[in-house]
Amino acid sequence: MRIKQVFVASLASIFFAAAGLAGAAEHTVDQHEKAFEKDGKKIDKISVKVGDTIHFKNMDPWFHNVFSLSDLKTFDLGSFPKGQSKPVVFDKPGVAEVECAIHPQMQLEVEVK
Amino acid sequence: MRNPVKLVFTGTLLMALGIGVSVTSFAAPKESYLRPEKVPAPENNKVTPERVALGKSLFFDPRLSGSKWISCATCHNPALGWSDGLPTAIGHGMKVLERTTPTILNTAYQKSQMWDGRFATLEHQALGPIQADVEMNQNIDSLLEVLKSNQGYVALFEKAYPGEGINKDTLAKAIASYERTIVSSESPFDLWIKGDEKAISAAAKRGFALFEDKANCVACHQGFNFTDNGFHNVGLKGNTDMGRFAKKAIKSMKGAFKTPTLREVNLTAPYMHNGIYKTLTEVVEHYNRGGDEKENLDPNMKPLHLSTQEVADIVAFLNALTGPMASVTMPRLPH
Ligand code: HEC
Ligand code: HEC
Ligand SMILES: [Cu+2]
Repeated sequence: MRIKQVFVASLASIFFAAAGLAGAAEHTVDQHEKAFEKDGKKIDKISVKVGDTIHFKNMDPWFHNVFSLSDLKTFDLGSFPKGQSKPVVFDKPGVAEVECAIHPQMQLEVEVK
Repeated sequence: MRNPVKLVFTGTLLMALGIGVSVTSFAAPKESYLRPEKVPAPENNKVTPERVALGKSLFFDPRLSGSKWISCATCHNPALGWSDGLPTAIGHGMKVLERTTPTILNTAYQKSQMWDGRFATLEHQALGPIQADVEMNQNIDSLLEVLKSNQGYVALFEKAYPGEGINKDTLAKAIASYERTIVSSESPFDLWIKGDEKAISAAAKRGFALFEDKANCVACHQGFNFTDNGFHNVGLKGNTDMGRFAKKAIKSMKGAFKTPTLREVNLTAPYMHNGIYKTLTEVVEHYNRGGDEKENLDPNMKPLHLSTQEVADIVAFLNALTGPMASVTMPRLPH
């Protein structure tokens, strides 16, 4: 029962993400050589606007994970291989610490404005 | 209202949109396997000969323990590859512990310490075993009193950390400084990397090629220290230890342990965090099966279809990672 409600809520949130927040930007952050990169440069911080999506893309020939246990946003995208990317919508203002569980040295601060 | 479950669920749905591409192995530049010139040390604890001398005394001194019988070197024995040759460690009161004693060789280069990475630095790690009731079972405050009443130690601390006194901080820093000198020696493999074709056997060369390609060991054992400093569940049979999950409650970390160094690995049998394998051949056969427990298995793990010859080649390569023993002299403990 609860699962179903959550599922409906999820679908609704996808709908709003797609329709309600038109104009929200899409960002790609690469996971490369066990670091987060933007446009080929290592980063440990990124600033986005409320409603923006970050696509985390694995560029390494081994698996990476992406998760956050921040108050702002809690998610675990699981582990995924080279070439694959997974999106996260940042729908509230604040700061989220994003990490790779496999390689703890991979850390990214996402500031949502 | 915050609803983490919902967010996770949304993420899961969105993730289904990702496109799957198969993992390919890679060969790293050969120089990346050579030991870095410098051993990393924190700004506030640069390695000096005085600090190393003090740390060495502390490391070999059983009087640091509650029983006055166990030193760091009891378990991290230089004659046994800085480990103890046991499936799992034996601590205070002969208690058999849950995990294998790892070597402390090259720990200076690690991004975290312990099988589950629960300590960030060697300094943080050093006071753990002294106080742990199952290891050295010592009260730190009484230990500091003992050290302060030992004129030899008072002089050594003063030389190593002038004006800082004998306290938890200087104790931990000194031990860490000594550990930063415990690094792997130049192995036949290193000589080969530097261009000496005769340094290793043809089998070891084939084994290295397999290590980097078909056997995909480099997905996790990377660079000069043969570790990604990462955490993986390699599917050990019957393992019930949660490992890294205790520190990071993320699903993939259940049963995950830190990738250990492979430097001088033929000196530190038995293998794995629980010591289940007696030989390197058993370890490589484990990988050849793609691991035993499939639940929460690291996705880099898959059956390798290696022939008996290929397994032997990889073992020959692993054996080439041990160089001549760096000489270790015993300190005369201060009075
Ligand atoms: C009773 C045996 C025992 C004694 C004594 C002991 N250790 Fe250990 N050591 C272990 C075991 C077992 C582990 C792994 C424990 C874990 O990961 O949960 C370990 C882990 C370590 C590590 C982390 C290595 C790595 O690769 O992550 C370091 C460094 C270390 N010990 C240093 C010391 C020092 C310094 C002392 C003395 C102050 C000491 N140990 C005393 C058994 C011992
Ligand atoms: C998915 C990552 C991964 C892959 C792939 C991998 N390893 Fe490991 N290796 C680890 C981890 C993690 C451990 C410790 C596991 C444990 O104790 O639970 C380990 C342990 C070992 C050990 C035991 C070391 C010790 O001191 O106990 C050896 C030897 C080893 N691996 C060799 C290899 C070889 C050879 C290959 C390729 C055939 C390989 N590994 C592939 C991650 C990996
Ligand atoms: Cu990663």
